[in-house]
Amino acid sequence: MNWIDIITGIFISIGCVFGIIGGIGMHRLPDFYSRLHAGGLTDTLCSFMILCGLALQAGLTLAAAKLLLIFLFLFFTSPTASYSLATNAWQYGLRPQGTPSQPRTSDGGQIE
Amino acid sequence: MITLFSAGAIAVMVTMALAVARAIAGPTIFDRILAVNMFGTKAVLLIALFAFISGRMDVLDIALLYSLLNFVGVIAALRLVQRGKGFADEHEDRA
Repeated sequence: MNWIDIITGIFISIGCVFGIIGGIGMHRLPDFYSRLHAGGLTDTLCSFMILCGLALQAGLTLAAAKLLLIFLFLFFTSPTASYSLATNAWQYGLRPQGTPSQPRTSDGGQIE
Repeated sequence: MITLFSAGAIAVMVTMALAVARAIAGPTIFDRILAVNMFGTKAVLLIALFAFISGRMDVLDIALLYSLLNFVGVIAALRLVQRGKGFADEHEDRA
């Protein structure tokens, strides 16, 4: 077990812990907008950790380049997807739980 | 090393199960799209882990392709929801 395997183990376990924390966050957080945080958090951090651990294991090969490409793509598109989700939800009329004006019911019902 | 990757794959599968549970229980449609987005990203990670478990490195292209598709799928779903309220009510057609 040389030091690369140890570091790979650390990275992958931290990534999986963050993934499960994000999954639990999807259920514990009360509102869509706070759940967006949980979804967004896990996408970037968990994937960075796991892909980094795998890249360490792959060494300087084509596989590591592909892993880097996967991570770069996830790194740029996941926040964009979260942003467009939040914008569309706001335009749709869904308001966070605390705000006074609730033009739409939280279960996405139509405006009466 | 293989046990580490398998443990990681199981943890990622647990996260995917949680995401599917949120997709089923999600009150608003945006919760469902968010859960699907998270499921897709975790699927990418699962494929990457599987590539290292099985030792076949050319599976990583599938992971890359799937992350592309996942992003386009989320944007398409949002376009569908935003335009005409997801075409739910067919009598309201917008140009």
